[in-house]
Amino acid sequence: MPSDAGQDALGGGFPLATEAREALEVARREGRGLTETERAIAAAEATTPEEAVERTHAAEVAEDPGVNRPMLINLGPQHPSTHGVLRLITELDGEVVRDLHPVIGYLHTGIEKQCENKTYWQGITLVTRMDYLAPYSNTHAYCMAAERLLGMEIPERARYLRVIMSELNRIASHLVWLGTSGLELGAISVFFYTYRERDEALDLGEMISGDRMNSRYFQVGGCAKDVPPGFETALRRFIRRMPGRIDEYERLLTQNQIWLDRTKGVGILPPSELVALGVTGPALRAAGVDYDLRKAAPYSGYQHFDFQVPTGTAGDAYDRYLMRVREMRESCRIIEQALDGLPEGSHIADDRKVVLPPREELATSMEALIHHFKLVTEGFRVPAGEAYVAVESPRGELGCYLVSDGGPKPYRCHVRDPSFVNLQALRPMARGAYLADLIVIIGSLDNVMGGVDR
Amino acid sequence: MGRGPAQGRCGLSDLRLLLDASLPGAVVDEIEHGGELTLEIEPERLLEVARMLLGPPSAFALLADLTCADFPDEPGRFRLAYQLASIETGARVRLRVWAGAEDPQVDSVVPVWPTANWHEREVYDMFGVRFRGHPDLTRIMMPLDWEGHPLRRDYPLGGEEVTFSDAV
Repeated sequence: MPSDAGQDALGGGFPLATEAREALEVARREGRGLTETERAIAAAEATTPEEAVERTHAAEVAEDPGVNRPMLINLGPQHPSTHGVLRLITELDGEVVRDLHPVIGYLHTGIEKQCENKTYWQGITLVTRMDYLAPYSNTHAYCMAAERLLGMEIPERARYLRVIMSELNRIASHLVWLGTSGLELGAISVFFYTYRERDEALDLGEMISGDRMNSRYFQVGGCAKDVPPGFETALRRFIRRMPGRIDEYERLLTQNQIWLDRTKGVGILPPSELVALGVTGPALRAAGVDYDLRKAAPYSGYQHFDFQVPTGTAGDAYDRYLMRVREMRESCRIIEQALDGLPEGSHIADDRKVVLPPREELATSMEALIHHFKLVTEGFRVPAGEAYVAVESPRGELGCYLVSDGGPKPYRCHVRDPSFVNLQALRPMARGAYLADLIVIIGSLDNVMGGVDR
Repeated sequence: MGRGPAQGRCGLSDLRLLLDASLPGAVVDEIEHGGELTLEIEPERLLEVARMLLGPPSAFALLADLTCADFPDEPGRFRLAYQLASIETGARVRLRVWAGAEDPQVDSVVPVWPTANWHEREVYDMFGVRFRGHPDLTRIMMPLDWEGHPLRRDYPLGGEEVTFSDAV
């Protein structure tokens, strides 16, 4: 690495700084100064860590000894505690974070662009890859948006199955969060406990959809298949055991002095500011705002179930932990009620212009074969219009905005991912916090970078 | 308002009547489709409408989503969609604004809803719509030196050069 890279503020000949240099040129062409983020990236890329240390020392010697210059430290994008490829350019004053600039986009895969070039039912497979810990929530929002444009009613049984799988997904997602957040703070054993149950939840997903991850179970019109034999027994066993297992995690953490010391009072923002920043989900409810789309705007029949929406008081990382633990308990209750009340009937709507015909009919019915052929090759046409449907994902409001021009492919497909929006709260939360607490705050927001970057 | 917009006089929604009374001419059109209310706003008056909707009685405190769709054949070309939600009532409304084909620009709503910051950066990155008064209008998904705006309809799906090929 050339040592003179730091001489020029934007790094002459230093390969990493190309992006920053180009940005400066673009800014000059447009007759404006560098934006905040551009300046942060330029500064971070024009210095190696050694140079940053050297410069800080030089500044300390040269300047007034009372003056503290912030040290620029680049955290990520490859860092075990950033939950994926999140890059944070932090300005540190000793151990205190003065400011930070999140840089995202490292996992950007252009799914929204891809969706415009795929038929609606191919798009379902794509959206599962966004928030990869909540594939059921992604497909839930996407399918409901398409159904709203189609003006389609889905069978009651399909709604119940959607609720069951969404709640099972919530438990699995919270278990991943709990395990990894424990790991970051050195509570390593929690990880082994939570991943044991998470594996059982994935097994159940595999039973019903065939996939452990990125499950494509929800279909426009209902669910892809009915429940397989043995699924109900296995799921009932799972939810019967789960409360005891949650007690085990709580015994490890809820009264654990180290856990309390590390999470209490960390990452607090006033509720009004959280709403202004668009934060939803457990992070908002921990601050005492009772906003859960399952209650505020019930979908898929959530109004028929008896469950509580836990809310906190302090809004710190510890409250967010409590919210997620309680939500898992409530999810078990919802699943139990849904299994008890699971209506008879079809798992998918009987609309041959939208829904694939049953496999067995293809061998005997010419009409079914034609429908199948048309649906698979061309897809179904959706009336022109726009729809925005939001569901309560494990991380908050996950909305799907579809624009149709009447063709078989979405004209525009946008997903409002809660991870993307909640991540904006990181900067105000981390200002003035210790660097070690920054890791706790990132963990407590539970961002999935696949959802942030899409 | 409520869930599924209540219809007031002349078949107009209560929200439209409220806006017409206090900001005449700001709402250009109203569309109700599939239980969702969409208000088309005069682009110049977006900020006024935003401030009005944030306050009582509508109290749309949460800007749930902000995105854009590209219609190359329309005179306004870039159609922005603002999804608003009220935490208190659970009501929802969508604002629609056309940004214009040549030099697409609208006012930034960051002063009203700070959450718009990243949403507007994403729209700028993906569609090239500029937001007047945005505190930090920088690309967010694509690299800073990226050329073009990927979600425009005239941007090809494939065939881009492989990045970092100079490093091989």
